[in-house]
Amino acid sequence: MKSAKLAKPRKRSPLLALFLRDFKVARRIGGGMSLGLIFFLILITLTAFAIGPDLALLAKIAPAIVWIAGLLSTLLGLDRLFQSDHEDGSLDLILTSAAPLELVILVKCLAHWIVTGLPLAAIAPFLGLMLNLPVGQLLSVCLSLLVGTPALTLIGAIGAALTVSLRRGGLLLAILILPLSVPVLIFGVAAAGAGAQPLIPPATPFLFLCALTLFALAGAPFAAAFALRQAGL
Amino acid sequence: MQLSASDLRIERGGRTVICNLSFTVRSGKCLALTGPNGAGKSTLLRALAGLLPLAGGTISLEPESDEPLAAQAHYVGHADATKNVLTLAENLDFVGALLNISQGGMVADDALARLGLGRLKRLPAAYLSAGQRRRLALARLLAAHRPIWLLDEPLTALDASSQMTARKIMATHMEEGGIIIAATHTPLELASAELRLGENG
Repeated sequence: MKSAKLAKPRKRSPLLALFLRDFKVARRIGGGMSLGLIFFLILITLTAFAIGPDLALLAKIAPAIVWIAGLLSTLLGLDRLFQSDHEDGSLDLILTSAAPLELVILVKCLAHWIVTGLPLAAIAPFLGLMLNLPVGQLLSVCLSLLVGTPALTLIGAIGAALTVSLRRGGLLLAILILPLSVPVLIFGVAAAGAGAQPLIPPATPFLFLCALTLFALAGAPFAAAFALRQAGL
Repeated sequence: MQLSASDLRIERGGRTVICNLSFTVRSGKCLALTGPNGAGKSTLLRALAGLLPLAGGTISLEPESDEPLAAQAHYVGHADATKNVLTLAENLDFVGALLNISQGGMVADDALARLGLGRLKRLPAAYLSAGQRRRLALARLLAAHRPIWLLDEPLTALDASSQMTARKIMATHMEEGGIIIAATHTPLELASAELRLGENG
């Protein structure tokens, strides 16, 4: 043991290490990014088939379809956000690190969002074309998802923390957090369809969406940390 | 360094598992927790690691430090805290970065070699046997330096030579002034005090 060289006092940040680990694990398990994207694509395609060849109608409801599909795709895998760490004991390990739990949760949400929310926002304009979305609205759909999906992930983290010790917590998670995501959905769809309603200035719903995300950013980590600590881990 | 607990009371699921428990462990000593299944050994370790709230009593550390006890302790529980899709080296690197902010520790490769896992370091952890997973969990103790080790059944699933290695690592830690509290059914064969937890705590 004496002969083994000791590591130099490294200044590697625990939070950065956690982010990289979550990112790696998400990429290696079950296709990672592509799974959520394919689900998103299937939902949008199914809706387009179900509604039929009424292009005017499709264009009108396209922002709503994209947002509902985005909401459901974000849910995918959210139940495993803390549960997988809880099951294999990693959560105990993380709790004994000096990093504050609230920041840990924020970092895990960031890693999750980069793997699920960010790709959704990136491909949404292309899928918007499939739904006959006017070209002028493609950018606003993309921006609304970019700003709105972090709020969905953060709200979902509260549900994931509440259901951490339940084996089949996925459905309960959906029931818990879908009602909570209604405000995000309302302003998200309004921001995505900005310009369609002449009465509201286009920036208003977008700014409300930003506010909701900031609110979730400030509140959700504390709520989720409280739930995790109460879980009787 | 001295770890003392006084009048501990710990509840699980509304049931008192441990009550009126007091003990003191000094630097360089090992406390072996023994007792029948369900006596509260794991519960006590989790409470010491700060993972379970105390229903009563206090745990204190001397000399006093700004860091909570949990941030100075390694907790190695039944679950191995290993990600199956990451390689052994990646798993251990993560632990090193997560746990040691300033205290230092062994390089992941050396810690793995010490536990006899050096050749497997590029293998995803999913392929490990139960004993190898246990050894990987024990390698955490070396990858990040922390003075207090809380070990739950550290020798389970280990073969005879790995048990010897684990004992040597624990003995070295005690020589260097560390504290070990271990719940065990297998004799540790270390100079350790024994705390027997009964059904009545």
